[in-house]
Amino acid sequence: MSENLIKPENLVYKKTEVLTDKVMHYCPGCGHGTAHRILAEVIDEMGIQGETIGVAPVGCSVLAYNYFSVDMTEAAHGRAPAVATGIKRVFPEKFVFTYQGDGDLAAIGTAETIHACNRGENILIVFINNGIYGMTGGQMAPTTLPGMKSSTSPRGRDVATMGNPLKMTELVAQLPGTYFVTRQAVHTPGNARKTKRAIKKAMEYQKLNKGTCLVEIVSNCNSGWKMTPVQANKWMEENMFPFYPLGDIKVPKE
Amino acid sequence: MKELRLMKGNEALAEAAIRAGADAYFGYPITPQSEVIEYLMAENPVERTGMVVLQAESEVAAINMVYGAAGCGKKAMTSSSSPGISLKMEGISYLAGAELPCLIVNVVRGGPGLGTIQPSQSDYFQAVKGGGHGDYKMIVLAPATVQETVDFVKLGFDLAFKYRTPVMILSDGIIGQMMEKVELFEQVPRSTEEPEWATVGKKPGREHVVVTSLQLQSEEQEKVNLRLQAKYREIEKKEVLYETYDCDDAEYLFAAFGSAARITRKAMEMARAKGIKVGLLRPQTLFPFPVEAFNKMADQVKGILTVEMNAGQMVEDVRLAVNGKTKVEHFGRFGGMIPSPDEILNALEQKIIGG
Repeated sequence: MSENLIKPENLVYKKTEVLTDKVMHYCPGCGHGTAHRILAEVIDEMGIQGETIGVAPVGCSVLAYNYFSVDMTEAAHGRAPAVATGIKRVFPEKFVFTYQGDGDLAAIGTAETIHACNRGENILIVFINNGIYGMTGGQMAPTTLPGMKSSTSPRGRDVATMGNPLKMTELVAQLPGTYFVTRQAVHTPGNARKTKRAIKKAMEYQKLNKGTCLVEIVSNCNSGWKMTPVQANKWMEENMFPFYPLGDIKVPKE
Repeated sequence: MKELRLMKGNEALAEAAIRAGADAYFGYPITPQSEVIEYLMAENPVERTGMVVLQAESEVAAINMVYGAAGCGKKAMTSSSSPGISLKMEGISYLAGAELPCLIVNVVRGGPGLGTIQPSQSDYFQAVKGGGHGDYKMIVLAPATVQETVDFVKLGFDLAFKYRTPVMILSDGIIGQMMEKVELFEQVPRSTEEPEWATVGKKPGREHVVVTSLQLQSEEQEKVNLRLQAKYREIEKKEVLYETYDCDDAEYLFAAFGSAARITRKAMEMARAKGIKVGLLRPQTLFPFPVEAFNKMADQVKGILTVEMNAGQMVEDVRLAVNGKTKVEHFGRFGGMIPSPDEILNALEQKIIGG
């Protein structure tokens, strides 16, 4: 039945060839799959698959290089912006992106992130913020909300002893090297479309050597948050979005 | 064109990097090697050869920039001194694991900790025995002169690409800071090759390239380990370099590398003048170590004294090489102190001849 339906005249959507056919290891309901697809579609639509080099982080998306059909390097934890700098400096004409989680980008890789942004490296940083360390089993992240429970803040994040959540996106937006900084989400079709537009813009700015572009995607972690996917998305809207408001933070002066 | 110049070790090293056709240098200032990046910035090689130079925010970032550029199939390098090299160890382990070629220079100063800015050889273990995590080796080249520093830059890149492995030049504060006559080799053009393992952008019809040191399946990781070990055995077989001095009639043997070997040669002259027949074996590669050469000398001599600017590190490898055939003792000064020829001769007489 389904084979009969897939005729050219019926085809309204198909998976981009910039994603491989490998089955993703992400939990059902996780935002990584959508974020991967959006980024891959932008690369496809811009026709830059052969000129793009990606850098995967350490974290849940450590195996991102299995899913993107572009040349990719796996960086040490937090070092993706430095690795991307090395790539971009020897290949200034290629498109270079990093794909990093909150622990990678905002804790262990804080220095690399800030300095790559401050130098205005012509790279795209895709930053997935779900407020938790997913891969290692739900520990407190630099972006974990005040009072939020995790396996290393079992009574909730006490900011007096554990510090405050870090708004890295607002922070790097202050730096002269960044050109376009925005915060988006991918949990609804409307949000996914906005995120895709943002990533496309960022890639187009990269072509013009405008400086660092950072797209934060506030995302869920239903496994780490110990919720169903639907509950997790609702919790994200009610708790994450007030603290990490969606929208453009730094837009180019036209 | 070959060219004679009087140059400081660190500056000669930087000039050699440009001439070796390096594509990229990433570094961070630290005494006693800051002249490397200063020379490169002044020379602005992007105009001479297209080589890029960047001052990173840390040694950690610098080695990871090397990782990114090396993954692109480019000739990438960094340099630092002991505390900075400790910071690079994470990246070096990843470079070895992902089998990426690169050149790392350690102009060694005394430690541990912040230690001293004076010369030392106390990073022998770190360079030769791993330093970073996991079962890996680097090829380690130990120059004793400014000339050898220059020549090892070229050799280091060649070996790095031949074996797809990080290569370290283990220099020290003496060689880095002193000026000597040096013959510079001719400019090697930068390579335009795109190795099949490099991230250069996916070509139609080929799989996308992945540079990684991650294998989640133990069976796969063991395969990687076996491949690395096979590579190291081949390096041990083919790439050993050393020099011998007055070994033909030697009854005793000095073992020393780098700066310590230079001072030891003076001690040899003094010993010979006193009628003591002593030779010197100077490893130029610390990994691979000249095991055979030491083993052979052990059949001939009555004892071996290693002279090192550390508390006794290479002495362990010499003992392993001679496997109990002859007595092996160590003499060292450390903490930035440099042994005098008198002290070395005295140590030979006390620890080996009289001992």
